[in-house]
Amino acid sequence: MKVLVDRQKCTVCGVCVDVCPFSAITLTETSIEVSDACTLCGMCVDTCEFGALSLPDVGAGPGEDLSAFRGVWVYAEWREGLIHKVSYELLSEGRKLADKRGVPLCAVLLGHGLDGTLAHELIAHGADVVYVVDRPELAHFTDEVYGNVLVELIREKRPEILLAGATSMGRSFIPRVAACLRTGLTADCTELDISPEGLLLQTRPAFGGNVMATIVCPHRRPQMATVRPKVMKPVKRDGRTGSVESPTLPEECFRARIEVLEVIPEKDQTAKLTEADVIVSGGRGLRKAENFAIIEELAQLVRGAVGASRGAVDEGWIPPSHQVGQTGRTVAPSLYMAVGIAGAIQHVVGMQGSNVIVAVNKDPMAPIFDVATYGVVADLFDFIPAFIRKIRQDRGEL
Amino acid sequence: MHIVVCIKQVPDTKNVRIDPDTHTLVRQGVESIVNPFDFFAVEAALKIKDERDARVTVLTMGPPQAEEALREVLSRGVDDAVLLSDRAFAGSDTWATSTTLAAAIRKLGDVDLILCGKQAIDGDTAQVGPETATMLNIPYATFAKKIEPMDDRHLKITRQTDEGVEVWKVPLPALVTVIKEVGEPRMPSLRHKMRAKKASIPLWGIQDLGLAPESVGLAGSYTQVVRVFSPPRRGNRLMIQGSVEEQAERLYRLLKESKVPGL
Ligand SMILES: Cc1cc2nc3c(=O)[nH]c(=O)nc-3n(C[C@H](O)[C@H](O)[C@H](O)COP(=O)(O)OP(=O)(O)OC[C@H]3O[C@@H](n4cnc5c(N)ncnc54)[C@H](O)[C@@H]3O)c2cc1C
Ligand SMILES: Nc1ncnc2c1ncn2[C@@H]1O[C@H](COP(=O)(O)O)[C@@H](O)[C@H]1O
Repeated sequence: MKVLVDRQKCTVCGVCVDVCPFSAITLTETSIEVSDACTLCGMCVDTCEFGALSLPDVGAGPGEDLSAFRGVWVYAEWREGLIHKVSYELLSEGRKLADKRGVPLCAVLLGHGLDGTLAHELIAHGADVVYVVDRPELAHFTDEVYGNVLVELIREKRPEILLAGATSMGRSFIPRVAACLRTGLTADCTELDISPEGLLLQTRPAFGGNVMATIVCPHRRPQMATVRPKVMKPVKRDGRTGSVESPTLPEECFRARIEVLEVIPEKDQTAKLTEADVIVSGGRGLRKAENFAIIEELAQLVRGAVGASRGAVDEGWIPPSHQVGQTGRTVAPSLYMAVGIAGAIQHVVGMQGSNVIVAVNKDPMAPIFDVATYGVVADLFDFIPAFIRKIRQDRGEL
Repeated sequence: MHIVVCIKQVPDTKNVRIDPDTHTLVRQGVESIVNPFDFFAVEAALKIKDERDARVTVLTMGPPQAEEALREVLSRGVDDAVLLSDRAFAGSDTWATSTTLAAAIRKLGDVDLILCGKQAIDGDTAQVGPETATMLNIPYATFAKKIEPMDDRHLKITRQTDEGVEVWKVPLPALVTVIKEVGEPRMPSLRHKMRAKKASIPLWGIQDLGLAPESVGLAGSYTQVVRVFSPPRRGNRLMIQGSVEEQAERLYRLLKESKVPGL
């Protein structure tokens, strides 16, 4: 199967030829030809101004009574006694989706020794019903047991939509849930909506963030998505009411083949990049390891975490756990400061979701300025100390 | 011990850039490369092979030219390669890809360990590993930074999570997805390069795997792309002018005004 060409609409302009990552489209005098190299990635579809290209329909899959599925579910991630912030973000988004569909919003809370107030927090953030499973086998995360429990709950209650955070936990065990339930899953979404036909529209970046793709799961239920943290805004309303249920599940759900030997929380708070509200990142422009001290000083001053480009990591100036980008962490803080970082696409894909981006670079042509909210063309060794002084002055520390 | 490494050929995004004005894709001669994370999976397999009796087979599903990717990996010291290629596989989502890989792994038979990269850089889904393991009904561990054989039937896996690290005891057969901390991939050696050039690589299509056409490729996919578009343009960028002192002052005010936390 290949991308479909509407010969009536095609003007043989050739734009799609340049865009195809697989060089599958060639131009002849009178038409374009799509070769077998086409992987149906869809890159060409949007670039065609004339609407001449489209993707074929997906398979109908084995028939399933879709109307038997009702309600929007959010997996509420619990770790070490706390609910992950992304769960609250998903509840506010899930609330909108549930209201559009006219169905209830439910949260699923799995763990052990769960604090009784947690379920009420989830209700305050939008849930109508909270399903709580509190068992010693859930004290530590394993894909198997967490997956089995969620699969069993879904099989029993049949929600039409399931959302989970695109955290290391969600991206690990939700694929197991989707595979067990034989349904589609869209990873790391940044936008969700309901189509006029009532389908979940799942939008996510692809090809290193160069294109956005909207994906649907038309024939299977539930429609499942993991959603990137910090892109949706949590809304809390005290006084909301809802119910809490503790379903009993078959014992075999809790049987594990994997044994958790040790859980070691990261001591270095600065490495907790994905959670940070502010990140100050340094690149090869810092010239040597010792110079990271000024990045650390600034980060501490604004209560932020320290990030780095691969350039700086490869030089050995800072451990790989700080790397932001395609082969590092994906982050989306309120403020991201890129200091002495060129802005290679592999770096940019890991931070372009940040709310405010400040770029400091002495080269006015550096690509980092293309994604910056505020650009500062300056030598970082002059600018950063001046900026630190400014903050300290304003706080009356100088 | 028989180890299978799943690799994917992906377009190299290195030369891809976004035109700041039109916000369209600027692409010059994008070539295909082996997904960078998959080299780490290959390295993890070869490290085990360095220390004990192990055979490493590399597996990919892709268009016929994905054979190049297999030879590239053979040149690092992998023993065998299998190419899964068929027109019917085109347009696979993660479900259909996993169905195909799982069928191939079943056909290989005596597999003890399957290694995958953390994610493929074209789709960034990180789903194929876990879905394949689930279809094979074997346990899996994601985001592994260290793989240590404990005894003949168990691995000690150190995995990196958002919160820290976890150490798991995983029984074989199992699937593990790896991150770059497993070790810097070794370079091709002359001996292996020669071997890779000559190696005959079996090609398995839909019939060899005994799969039905409706269960693979686009037909066997549950998700469907309905729209592809350029990412929205960032709000107008502001270049902050002046002397360094003035720049510092202005940036500080702007960030204060936009109520950025920490300032
Ligand atoms: C498959 C693949 C995956 C990758 N993954 C990642 C990833 O996850 N994350 C990542 O970051 N990179 C990644 N890269 C690497 C990426 O392509 C770039 O090489 C890297 O980001 C460059 O780092 P840099 O900007 O710090 O260094 P450089 O490109 O060397 O840029 C340094 C910048 O600092 C500026 N500068 C120098 N001195 C000063 C000064 N005194 N004051 C102010 N500015 C100064 C320069 O003008 C320049 O723009 C990947 C590459 C590949 C091929
Ligand atoms: N077509 C494929 N052939 C072989 N392995 C694949 C294929 N697609 C994905 N994989 C493996 O699954 C991992 C995750 O890919 P993805 O889920 O696409 O992000 C990759 O790093 C590969 O190890």
